[in-house]
Amino acid sequence: MLFSQLITKLIQDTTEKSLPLFGVELCLCVTIVLMLLVRLFSADRVLPACITAVVGAAAALTCSWLQYRELFAQSAPVSTELFTGLLIHDNFTVYFRAFLSLFLLLTVALTSLTGIPDEEDGPDFYSLLFGATLGMMLMASSNSLLMLFIAVEMASVPSYAMVGFLKGQKSASEGALKYVVYGAGAAGVMLYGISLVAGTLGTADMSLLSERLAAVAADGSGGLGDPELRTFALGLLMILAGLAFKLSLVPFHFWCPDAFEGASAEVAGFLSIASKAGAFALLVRLCISMAGAEGAETLLTAFGVGLGVISIITMTLGNLAAYGQDNLKRLLAYSTIAHAGYMVMAVSAMVVMLSDTAAGDVSRSVASAMEGLLYYLFVYLFMNLGAFAVIALVRNHTYGETIGDVRGLISQAPVLCVVMLVCFFSLVGLPPFGGFVGKFFIFAAVFNAGSSHSFMYVLLAFGCLNTVFSLFYYIRVLKTMFLETRDEDARPVPVQFASWESAFVLTLAGFVILLGVAPYVMSTTANSAAQALVMLQ
Amino acid sequence: MNPFLLLSLLIFLPLIGALLLLIFDEKNTEAMRFWSLGVTLVTFIMSVVLWGQYDPAQGMLLADVADWVPSWNVYYRLGVDGISLPLVVLTGLVSSLAMAASWSITKHVRGYLILFLMLEAGMMGVFLSLDFFLFYVFWEVMLLPMYFLIGVWGGPRREYAAIKFFLYTLAGSVLMLIAMLMFYFVSGGTEDSFNLVALAQRASEGTLMSPSMQITAFILLFIGFAIKLPAFPVHTWLPDAHVEAPTPISMILAGVLLKMGGYGIIRIAFPLCPYGAQYCAWAMVAIGVFSIIYGAFAALAQTDFKRLVAYSSVSHMGYVLLGLAIWKINETTGETLNSDYWQMGLNGAMFQMIAHGVSSTGMFFMVGVIYDRVHHRDLNKFGGLMGLMPLYSGMAAGLFFAGLGLPGLCGFIGEVFVVISTWSFSPPLAILAASGVILTAGYILWALQRVYLGAEYRGPHAEDITPSNGRENAVAAILMVLAVVLGVYPAVLFDVMEPSIRAMAEASAEGCQNAIFQLDQLQASIQR
Repeated sequence: MLFSQLITKLIQDTTEKSLPLFGVELCLCVTIVLMLLVRLFSADRVLPACITAVVGAAAALTCSWLQYRELFAQSAPVSTELFTGLLIHDNFTVYFRAFLSLFLLLTVALTSLTGIPDEEDGPDFYSLLFGATLGMMLMASSNSLLMLFIAVEMASVPSYAMVGFLKGQKSASEGALKYVVYGAGAAGVMLYGISLVAGTLGTADMSLLSERLAAVAADGSGGLGDPELRTFALGLLMILAGLAFKLSLVPFHFWCPDAFEGASAEVAGFLSIASKAGAFALLVRLCISMAGAEGAETLLTAFGVGLGVISIITMTLGNLAAYGQDNLKRLLAYSTIAHAGYMVMAVSAMVVMLSDTAAGDVSRSVASAMEGLLYYLFVYLFMNLGAFAVIALVRNHTYGETIGDVRGLISQAPVLCVVMLVCFFSLVGLPPFGGFVGKFFIFAAVFNAGSSHSFMYVLLAFGCLNTVFSLFYYIRVLKTMFLETRDEDARPVPVQFASWESAFVLTLAGFVILLGVAPYVMSTTANSAAQALVMLQ
Repeated sequence: MNPFLLLSLLIFLPLIGALLLLIFDEKNTEAMRFWSLGVTLVTFIMSVVLWGQYDPAQGMLLADVADWVPSWNVYYRLGVDGISLPLVVLTGLVSSLAMAASWSITKHVRGYLILFLMLEAGMMGVFLSLDFFLFYVFWEVMLLPMYFLIGVWGGPRREYAAIKFFLYTLAGSVLMLIAMLMFYFVSGGTEDSFNLVALAQRASEGTLMSPSMQITAFILLFIGFAIKLPAFPVHTWLPDAHVEAPTPISMILAGVLLKMGGYGIIRIAFPLCPYGAQYCAWAMVAIGVFSIIYGAFAALAQTDFKRLVAYSSVSHMGYVLLGLAIWKINETTGETLNSDYWQMGLNGAMFQMIAHGVSSTGMFFMVGVIYDRVHHRDLNKFGGLMGLMPLYSGMAAGLFFAGLGLPGLCGFIGEVFVVISTWSFSPPLAILAASGVILTAGYILWALQRVYLGAEYRGPHAEDITPSNGRENAVAAILMVLAVVLGVYPAVLFDVMEPSIRAMAEASAEGCQNAIFQLDQLQASIQR
């Protein structure tokens, strides 16, 4: 093939196939450039950054909605490789694109309600926010180990800056520094892991992983004694360390409480939800791409059980550590850790079922495990953002974020209290709130995986036990809000029923309830996204 | 009326009523109270209409089924039979009476009423749903209002009591969740996998679960329900919750919430894992008898009037567990022995649930009436109320006698049925259970003596003791009349309950026999 032909083909591939399907990401890019340009020409008095950001996020949401409509209407799932196979465009990608754009829109709305950042810093802050989201979208669609690394970094670097955004606050700088140091370490380890995996398998293309893995396993003895497989396992473990950092799984969770405490509540909410969603998308893709490698089943089962062990440790530690916290953001940081543990349960169940050779067709069970994860993430968006929004709104009036600041709040801001109640009970996992349905789906998947490996029953037992543990600290906050009387000298929190703030948090709470009483709104979508990924494999 | 509409209205009418409370002016507490009373009364009337529509011979009255979560085969499936119908009517009645007793609540009235009506919706839902998932959702939905009703409007140690109640129930329901998943996957995740009627049918044919799995599932379910019942040793939440809750909520707790434990055992645990239930029969009987004796002794030791009534609930609910569990089989053939006695025990247990619903609701109300006046509950600082409040004291004595199990009042029938049928299971245990009646008489008579008899009142706030008002008299009189009617003519209930209970018992016996047959075959194949 001639060089010029190659170039022509590349241009054709990029402009005709890839770019149209890359529209959502392009929306974000354009918005970033626009915001910076507006400030360059001093037009930000006329057009504040938050307006541009809202419009940009809304455009991204519309775009992903159109992609969703187009893709989910088709009878058989399709996947298209973009940019010569670096990215992949399928139902799963689109689900996460829509998820992240919706979340971006909600976060921008929240920040413009709470006034963080101020007008001066607006363009900086929103560029970072949009940049991080862009990285997370790439995480959800990456199809190559190289892209995996770039996407994770793309999402991480703006996040570091956002954590330290409250300039002049010691805790913010401390949190950001911890986050950076940890992040850099994790990225290094992950990159090393990628090189090991790519080196053993001879490819960085994730769609070829299972095929190559099978070839490597067939070469050697097949068991874990095989040096090549052992190298691969080591590489996999290192990649997992990088992802575990993003997911704040134990023992890579240390940054999380400090970063959350230092960051503003809005940023903490963003980090706890969006970066988790991106990392889960990536983890699922990685696991699915290795599935079905003949000869490596023992390795993969061990990987699945290992994920289960991490999940047990993560949720137990998160829930126990949350109990002693006085700072609400710190408390929610530990709750975030615990919830990452719950969600890893689903991935663990999925991997164990995929690597079970004795079982027949597992695609339905695997899809329902993934459906549980996707549904949980979707509910988690609303319930966690709701909780952080309430903290942010209270902080705007009391300048504090401790449990003491919400003591007896029911007498002054009943709307905020009711929203907090809905979000917290949903986080515990009680019906009729959405968190229950998500938890039920995940528990059911884990129980179902018990027939593949009996360790799953242990995992389930710990999941249930943790649900009971977690009640303690959530209800401690609610008890302070509802049952105690407000201090005489506490600053008032005058949030009226008829105000934008109330409307915003009530919308979030409304979605939490809607997802609990009418799960089919989302469960069918989540199911078809999951099924598409499983069937395409 | 169309059963689907009627059953759905029973659940959702209180919820709609709660939502409409939001449009009232917050200052106008009187109007809100009357509105809520109206809502509970209409719900009660509808439950009576349902009683009128129900024909005991037809078995289960099923409503149309609606989709809820199709991908998980969860349906909105309601229905009622002779086991749940009396409990539905009891819920309607106790809710109305408790609402009438709620005039003493003066703090955050609107919040109280909204939570109260939500609680009623949850309770109705538990008794009416025939889909396991739906049942579980309603079971949990009640937790939230109950936590706040105890935690905000309760007594001095309300926060501790509320969290304890919440935690115990949540722990139990998590176990129930695991059992639910077991049933779902064992039955293949088909559209009948949460259908309690279909699951019971399959269990009775012996095609649902293996015998060893049945034991696991039954134990999980039983712990969950025993917490609610409550049976020793998981009863410790009850004295705290009952004592700290405000009077109307204590009435609901004792009158309805405890019955959910018994109902769950008879509706879910027994029919779905008959072999497991039979396997655990001895343990359950032992727990039941121990609860009777333990509760009675604990009640004897109390000086707090309300705590005494709370422990009497532990003792009385022990009879329910005992009546359910006296199921004896021939170990080799798997045939149920003395099937008539077991059914009598089941009938007695069901009757005891309703009777306890009437008598304990009344006892808690009576304690509340005097507490509203003198603001203390110390048994040693009462006395002489008979002279000061004659009508109140008379009715209180009547309701306490109903709790005691005096012949002619409702408590007698249930206890006697259970004790007689226990004799066929194990005469020594029957004697022990019967001796519980003596202890019951002991603590109730002693309490009556200390509170109502005597020359004069010896406690604080003597000047506030006024005769009971019309509202209080009406509530007490309704309960008193019911106690007498049920005691004199128990067939009102038995006619409705008996066919359903017989069907349940026969299906369970068959299921157990099938399971034992399977076990025999398994053993034979191993030996070969």
